[in-house]
Amino acid sequence: VVRRTLDDDMLEQLEELLIAADMGVDTALRVTANMAEGRMGRKLSTQEIKELLAQEITRIMEPVARPMPLYPKRPQVVLVVGVNGSGKTTTIGKLASQFKAAGKKVVIAAGDTFRAAAVEQLQVWGDRAGVPVLTAPEGSDPASLAFDAMTRAQADGADLLLIDTAGRLQNRADLMEELAKIVRVIRKKDDTAPHNTLLVLDATTGQNAISQVETFQKLADVSGLVMTKLDGTAKGGILVSLADRFGLPIHAIGVGEQIDDLAPFDPQDFAAALTGLDTQA
Amino acid sequence: MFENLSERLSGVFDRLTKQGALSEEDVKTALREVRVALLEADVSLPVARDFVRAVQDKATGQAVTKSVTPGQQVVKIVHDALVDVLRGAEDPGKLKIDNPPAPILMVGLQGGGKTTTTAKLAKRLKEREGKKVLMASLDVYRPAAMDQLAVLGAQIGVDTLPIVPGQKPVDIAKRARQQAMMGGYDVYMLDTAGRLHIDQVLMQEVEDVRNVVTPRETLLVVDGLTGQVAVEVAEEFDAKIGISGVVLTRMDGDGRGGAALSMRAVTGKPIRFVGLGEKMDALETFEPERIAGRILGM
Ligand SMILES: Nc1nc2c(ncn2[C@@H]2O[C@H](COP(=O)(O)OP(=O)(O)OP(=O)(O)O)[C@@H](O)[C@H]2O)c(=O)[nH]1
Ligand SMILES: Nc1nc2c(ncn2[C@@H]2O[C@H](COP(=O)(O)OP(=O)(O)OP(=O)(O)O)[C@@H](O)[C@H]2O)c(=O)[nH]1
Ligand SMILES: [K+]
Ligand SMILES: [Mg+2]
Ligand SMILES: [Mg+2]
Repeated sequence: VVRRTLDDDMLEQLEELLIAADMGVDTALRVTANMAEGRMGRKLSTQEIKELLAQEITRIMEPVARPMPLYPKRPQVVLVVGVNGSGKTTTIGKLASQFKAAGKKVVIAAGDTFRAAAVEQLQVWGDRAGVPVLTAPEGSDPASLAFDAMTRAQADGADLLLIDTAGRLQNRADLMEELAKIVRVIRKKDDTAPHNTLLVLDATTGQNAISQVETFQKLADVSGLVMTKLDGTAKGGILVSLADRFGLPIHAIGVGEQIDDLAPFDPQDFAAALTGLDTQA
Repeated sequence: MFENLSERLSGVFDRLTKQGALSEEDVKTALREVRVALLEADVSLPVARDFVRAVQDKATGQAVTKSVTPGQQVVKIVHDALVDVLRGAEDPGKLKIDNPPAPILMVGLQGGGKTTTTAKLAKRLKEREGKKVLMASLDVYRPAAMDQLAVLGAQIGVDTLPIVPGQKPVDIAKRARQQAMMGGYDVYMLDTAGRLHIDQVLMQEVEDVRNVVTPRETLLVVDGLTGQVAVEVAEEFDAKIGISGVVLTRMDGDGRGGAALSMRAVTGKPIRFVGLGEKMDALETFEPERIAGRILGM
């Protein structure tokens, strides 16, 4: 086994490895510096170095690796938000299927009344999961659909109400206000709702994810994250910066387009993929 | 949160004395900040590295005039170099859709904006160039993908190929070509399902479609918020399918759009349009200066 000295050159290479995984420059510097503390000048194999780096990342990520909490509320209201195309609707289909399999009575509200065929898309997911989907006509007010859905879910004694929303970029104040209105209306029916507000992030997104979390948290009270599309080659390194900065729990990851392609967030697997430990012989 | 390049550089150059020309050391110091600015803007690492090296050569020895500070001088050199890369050496001209019916193939990762962009571009070709356009969805996977395109078609008054459930993408493509020929269409646009660049089965599928229709334009639709993976995505799609241009969506967001530089640099293919919203009019031609300014946070 070739051993190399842990020196500045080596640190720079490691930083670049992390930057190439979308961790961002600042966080990459910090993570490598922490890893190197007390070890400079030592001779280490590539494997050992990557293991140390992965340990450091795992340490940061462990506190945020938490499944979506369930509360003794009926219905427990889960609002799903995020920018366009991140995977909100698909994730709702997957979640509905998982909760149903766990014996929960689930209802979905098709709160994207804007995008073409968004409702039809979610109806297919509802069928696949075996869960009813409440809809409103295209172009109607999503807040009033959310209100009706609350009424219906309460009447039916549903355990969980999953509310889909239209994709919106966080810099669009008008659309963010629309989201705030949905929340206000839901609270008329239950002032503790929504009990979870999930922000769905796309793993191929770079540094803009920070701004997404910042704004959605401020305006929609995000309680947890889901990262989709980790079945691609994007490593989602931005999650490390996000964990560091916001400490929001990461409930699940999307690893494909099929209904079962939603997995718990595993810090060790994540760190291994990020550092390339997983592909090493 | 992110400083722009001028702010970064003003800090660096405060420590430097004003000289007549930029020394190699000055430039090196400044370019360290440039590299960070590019990476924060999501320019892919190998592209940022090459870019900085090229600018290093260009900037060293350049005269600093009295009216500017060394920092401003470096910002200008970097900005101009960015514009050069983004614009490319030659004018790509108009889309090559003269011989009717001209096929346009739309490809990309999941959720990038292909279907929306297909409709936006169809509307643009219809309204600005008087083209008769047919749109067909080859997305047999995503729930209601075909309905989505049909709804958009109805909104913008552009025909869509009737949906035949159970048909394979290659067969839909053939049917679209046939209908385009018989119906006297100038252009037919093929919207495809989102796919990962590493998904061999689905990449093969779109290759087969390409072989059947021989597109005049193959546009890679990419999310303007894309991070480091941009290079790999562009290289793979270009290598396997052969793209002729790029459309960058979601540039109405506050992303810095570094993916534009990555894509342009590695494929050499022009960025044709940028998507600036969800509405059907929100498609504009690509302006290198605007993106260069954004990448630098100016
Ligand atoms: N490979 C992969 N694709 C995914 C994953 N999650 C979602 N997708 C795909 O991403 C695309 C967009 O997903 P949607 O669920 O429609 O995203 P959305 O956030 O609801 O989109 P809008 O409502 O338009 O904002 C679809 O093609 C999905 O199949 C994932 O984990 N992996
Ligand atoms: N803000 C904004 N949203 C956009 C833009 N282009 C597309 N979208 C939105 O992004 C989401 C995904 O767009 P689609 O056109 O469905 O993307 P796609 O690539 O066809 O997705 P798949 O077929 O699932 O791979 C939708 O919510 C669109 O409205 C844009 O330029 N700006
Ligand atoms: K991955
Ligand atoms: Mg959706
Ligand atoms: Mg589509």
